[in-house]
Amino acid sequence: MFARIAFSAVLLLAPMLARADVTFSGFLQQNTAFNTRDANPDGRHYKWLEERAQLKLDASNGPWHLLAKGDLAWDHLGRQDQSELRELYVDYTASNWDTRIGRQVITWGLGDLVFVNDVFPKDHEALFSGRPLDYLKRGVDAVKLSAYPEFANFEFVLSPTFRESSIPDARRFHLYDPMPAVTTRGTIKPEQGDVGLRIYRDVGGWDAALYLYRGFQRTPSMRPDSMTAPTRISYFYPQLSVYGASASGRAGDGVLNLEAAWYDSRQDRSGSDFTVPNSQTRLLAGYQIQPMEDVSLGFQYYVEHMHDYDAYRAALPAGFPIDKRWSHTVTARWTQFFLHQTLRLSVYASYNDSNGDHFVNPELRYSFTDKIWGAVGANYYAGKPWGQFGQLARDDNVYLQLRYEF
Amino acid sequence: MRSRLWWLVLAALLPLPAMALTGEEVMKKSQAAFLYPGKDFKARVTMKLIGKDGGERVRELVMLRKNFGEAGGDQKYFMVFFKPADVKDMSFMTYKYPAKDDDRWMFIPAVNMVKRIAAQDNRSSFVGSDFTYEDVSGRDIEDDSHVIEREEKIGGHDCYVVKSTPKKGDADFGHKITWVDKANFLPLKEDQFDRKGAAYKLFTADEVVVIKGHPTVIRRTMKNQQTGHRTEAAYASTDYEVGIEDSLFSERFLRQPPRKWLE
Repeated sequence: MFARIAFSAVLLLAPMLARADVTFSGFLQQNTAFNTRDANPDGRHYKWLEERAQLKLDASNGPWHLLAKGDLAWDHLGRQDQSELRELYVDYTASNWDTRIGRQVITWGLGDLVFVNDVFPKDHEALFSGRPLDYLKRGVDAVKLSAYPEFANFEFVLSPTFRESSIPDARRFHLYDPMPAVTTRGTIKPEQGDVGLRIYRDVGGWDAALYLYRGFQRTPSMRPDSMTAPTRISYFYPQLSVYGASASGRAGDGVLNLEAAWYDSRQDRSGSDFTVPNSQTRLLAGYQIQPMEDVSLGFQYYVEHMHDYDAYRAALPAGFPIDKRWSHTVTARWTQFFLHQTLRLSVYASYNDSNGDHFVNPELRYSFTDKIWGAVGANYYAGKPWGQFGQLARDDNVYLQLRYEF
Repeated sequence: MRSRLWWLVLAALLPLPAMALTGEEVMKKSQAAFLYPGKDFKARVTMKLIGKDGGERVRELVMLRKNFGEAGGDQKYFMVFFKPADVKDMSFMTYKYPAKDDDRWMFIPAVNMVKRIAAQDNRSSFVGSDFTYEDVSGRDIEDDSHVIEREEKIGGHDCYVVKSTPKKGDADFGHKITWVDKANFLPLKEDQFDRKGAAYKLFTADEVVVIKGHPTVIRRTMKNQQTGHRTEAAYASTDYEVGIEDSLFSERFLRQPPRKWLE
């Protein structure tokens, strides 16, 4: 469906393109991630093994701009569907408003791998299997309308169709499953789309923003057809609204980021349905400094608070892992450049005190030439078997990325 | 009353040398000529990072600058990168204030995100080159004490030779000697010494042309004499009074730089 719309769009735009400024670019990439601890559930030893080519077309004509970015991928681990249209959109820019229509990546909020107001789809599998940063986010099929009157900036996003986050593949990752015996499973996707609004401006030298979102959780919840004798599990995306705010500014020698959001779990406001996430408050404080030349150091402190904890505990069946009312996470990132910024060392670490979740990601990236770079890194996970990272404790991996850009 | 009048008369009668510029005044005029000419400025900058072994890396960007107030006052910088490929479309914005840390933002295309970044160290390398942020957008005059050491000619130009010593010990250099052209106040050469007094970085203005009445250094080199690494920067399509709007320096245009400024 989307491909057909895209194709018609390109046909319609062809006359415009004929007179436009057109550039082609792209890359060839090899990406390998192999296990360091255990085999996958499917018996393989690789999390990722593929060659990929990306082609990007950029065309501009007056106030119009078209971007098309598509990947062709050769996966060696038995997936057929890795080729994809990453982005395809048209921009129109007027003096105090603009619009972007089509598949596009949108990122809100200030977190570093911690998401408070970034309600847009991500690719968690990409992060966990050592793919380059540009694969962390998935595009949404949306109309984005931005207006810039004097008093504030507005960004309104309307997606007619819902797009979910990619979660790790159960054949490649050891995911926590409370009901492994039930093998009949299906997924129900929302038939509606979602809508968001971001309002932002400078307030006394700080970058301030408000965020409103009405849509769905991007990662699925699971619901068995019966608690006593389950035969079928349905995955679904619970209704969600998010109301948030953020501020970013200079404090002392560094940059302070503050973010807060109220997650209104509309499908279960009482908190008594254990299959639907409880309503939450999320708070994030981040601080980044430059302790010496070519070094950047960032810390984050992140809190999640469940609103209807008693109802959640009362409804939770015996045998299910119990989340804590408060969850505290701290993260740190050290980034350092060497050799005229052609070599970059980056180490990210995250620790959660409620379930002992750890995630450590060291990476070394080197630009061999201006067109070829390579990276080697590792993903190390630990924690309780049901935690976000703890469940992946057997999925530790080392990865390699090599890219030729043209 | 009478004595004050006498002083005035005496001052008027003093010979000219007393009216000569101080080191600080020379450096202020030099800063105005080098980093503040015009209301605004644009250039396409190509930096060649050249290793001791001759290996070369190229960084290419468009730089836009607008002044807010007098020379030595606030400025805003906007940069968009073209090369190398892995930083293409990355953009960068600085609000520069005299005697206060800059505000800096960066747009990261890979995740489509604008991020404010910490910027207390202006002596750090600009995009991996031998130029520091200060070399590109200026160092606060008040951070150093400036003394005119002598006057001499280089390349046929009469110059003030000014020694600048950081007032605080946190700079990466111990002192620097700047040759400032007496005619147009451009720095033609700057010799930096490390804190032990050894030769460190050497700046040379390799080509100066006059654009819209402003003498402009369009080719410059910074060489690290300790490592042998050097960076050659060439400014093409350089222009002044191009009408950069205040609104350019915003998140909106960091994400989508107007094409008219990228050509």
